[in-house]
Amino acid sequence: MLALDNVSKSFGAKLALASTSLVPTRGRTTVLLGPSGCGKSTLLRLMVGLVSPDAGRVLFDGVELAPASIDAIRHRIGYVIQEGGLFPHLDARANVTLLARYLGREAAWIDARVGELCGLMRIPADALARYPGQLSGGERQRVALMRALMLDPALLLLDEPLAALDAMTRRELQTELKEIFARLAKTVVLVTHDLHEAAWFGDEIVLMREGRIVQRGSLDDLLARPADGFVTQFVHAQRADPRLAVAA
Amino acid sequence: MKRPWPALLLLGVTNCALAQQTLVIGSKRFTESYILGEVALQTARAAGAQAEHKQGMGNTGILFAAIKSGSIDLYPDYTGTVARELLESEASDLESLNRGLQSLGLGVAVPLGFEDTYALAMLDSEAQRLGVKSISDLAGQAQLRFGLSHEFLNRNDGWPGLVRTYALPQAPSGLDHGLAYEALAARQIDVMDIYSTDAKIAKYKLRVLLDDRHFFPEYEAVLVYRLDVPQRFPQAWAALQKLQGRISADRMVAMNAAAELDGKGFGEIAASFLASPGSSSAGSGGKASFWSLLFGDDFWRLTRQHLVLVFASLAAAILAGIPLGVWAARTPVAAQPVLASVGLIQTVPSLALLAFLIPVLGTIGTWPALVALFLYSLLPIVRNTYSGLTDIAPPLRESARALGLPAGARLRLVELPLAARSILGGIKTSAVINVGTATIAAFIGAGGYGERITTGLALNDNAMLLAGAVPAAALALLVHALFELLDQSLIPAGLR
Repeated sequence: MLALDNVSKSFGAKLALASTSLVPTRGRTTVLLGPSGCGKSTLLRLMVGLVSPDAGRVLFDGVELAPASIDAIRHRIGYVIQEGGLFPHLDARANVTLLARYLGREAAWIDARVGELCGLMRIPADALARYPGQLSGGERQRVALMRALMLDPALLLLDEPLAALDAMTRRELQTELKEIFARLAKTVVLVTHDLHEAAWFGDEIVLMREGRIVQRGSLDDLLARPADGFVTQFVHAQRADPRLAVAA
Repeated sequence: MKRPWPALLLLGVTNCALAQQTLVIGSKRFTESYILGEVALQTARAAGAQAEHKQGMGNTGILFAAIKSGSIDLYPDYTGTVARELLESEASDLESLNRGLQSLGLGVAVPLGFEDTYALAMLDSEAQRLGVKSISDLAGQAQLRFGLSHEFLNRNDGWPGLVRTYALPQAPSGLDHGLAYEALAARQIDVMDIYSTDAKIAKYKLRVLLDDRHFFPEYEAVLVYRLDVPQRFPQAWAALQKLQGRISADRMVAMNAAAELDGKGFGEIAASFLASPGSSSAGSGGKASFWSLLFGDDFWRLTRQHLVLVFASLAAAILAGIPLGVWAARTPVAAQPVLASVGLIQTVPSLALLAFLIPVLGTIGTWPALVALFLYSLLPIVRNTYSGLTDIAPPLRESARALGLPAGARLRLVELPLAARSILGGIKTSAVINVGTATIAAFIGAGGYGERITTGLALNDNAMLLAGAVPAAALALLVHALFELLDQSLIPAGLR
């Protein structure tokens, strides 16, 4: 599966990620957590080759990410960003099936797979005929997940997938997604700045700060055995928020 | 941008080769030149030669470039012009001119029998009353009011030299040439400067004063020809030589008047001259109306030519411009050089570009016009392709990469469709501008609605000018509407 081996990245003079190693646990959900600018998105983008490391290696099933190997590896990774990244010129169905059609999958296979995913993501089939601009925020993220899951990838990468949604839709999708991740037993890496969301999804939480991993573990680990003062500070700042009462 | 050039050049050269058996006559863009071109054309045809006349190709520079390159075989010009503008010498006798032109493979011959030079004129009645026949006679008439064109007032071969040569006592006032005739007729001025074959000499009953001290340089009408013409077209050349001394200044004035004041066609005027060189060609027949000109016999030919100019150049610009824009968008170091170069082309005045392309392509007419329109069309298309692609939101670009689509597929399936509105906007702009710019092509004989505009300008005929300008404007609107419809079908529904 995926392994980051001592990767580091700077943008100009700014260090985005100090030398870091990470292997997300197979079949589980790993959450990259931290304040904005901590390097969690950079880490996620390194995993799908949108950013190349200055040093170190990113391996997928033992193959290093490189220009020659990257597209084949990406076909085995699903990637969803905050606003979904759906292409506005294609309707929802064409967005979902774009890669499968490009790769020449059979129409019958595509139809069957889309039907399956509609059921999984609870999207009414007629919504697939609409363009992204005609979908609600929640529908857009469901369609984006359908697109990411279309080829049944080994790894699912989600960059703040629910951050742009209203609280209600967000709560609903959180519940559904957790169920789906468990059912599919996918290896998931999810980026969030929200402790509640991290606690909800994360089998393991990777807390980051200023380009470094500060602590890895469960929420309980973070609460009971904080690695340093920042962990305590970060955790308590968010727990003070009354909305988190449910999660705790 | 590189690819179309060799092909265009090749076609241009082939074009020349095929045209070799036809005697190609050019003319400048004013009435007298059109008429003399027609006279030469009909003379050559009457002698059995295959001949064509590229009417009103442009100014002296364009004609000279065209004849040097062999695009045309001969055209009418004036000895003084050949000496001053082409050879940059003062000597304007035929022998000196031929010596100067020989190395270029050119010559001048067949002095037609009249001069078209600066002259001074008065109302004939007034001149008779005062007994003024020559410019010398003006020295004793200090009370006469001179209204002279600004150009004449300042040229060395105009007023400054004239006043020295003839010791004239009058103080002239500057006056627009077009107004001077009316001012003279209304007796607000007494003396004006004219061209000696001006059409209005007869209309206003003017007397052209004799230049008795030979101050004005000689602008004798002659044919400028390629030295191989007598051998390639012996019969036509023999017939053309017989035109020598056949056109008097009065006759030329009458022919100019037939075109400018009576609205007769150049071909008709030339035909009636050749039928009876001795008599005046004044006759009936007023100017044709706008409506009859608009849908005249040439309407469909001009429309076809105009459409070919606009859309052939546009098609080439799309084929070259979109890849250029893509390249600029993908290669940051290329972006500014590419955009600056296509922008620079836009700053070259169209007539200058056409004049420059004639020797480069070795031909006149459609090809240089197409190349010029192609070059002008590039900027909006390249620029809008570039900005359409670079304006795509980074998350969308990254989503396409993260899907695992290779670069070519990303371009085809995602980026170009997302940039479609911008690219189509650029193509639309180019098409509409092309419709207007294509009217300029008539200056170098490429036809289109511009043919009527150039003729209208040369004849000071507003109806003719409008008969060219109105369909060009209508076509621009039509093209715009057409592209609005195309937008509906070509821009993906999700982007509208």
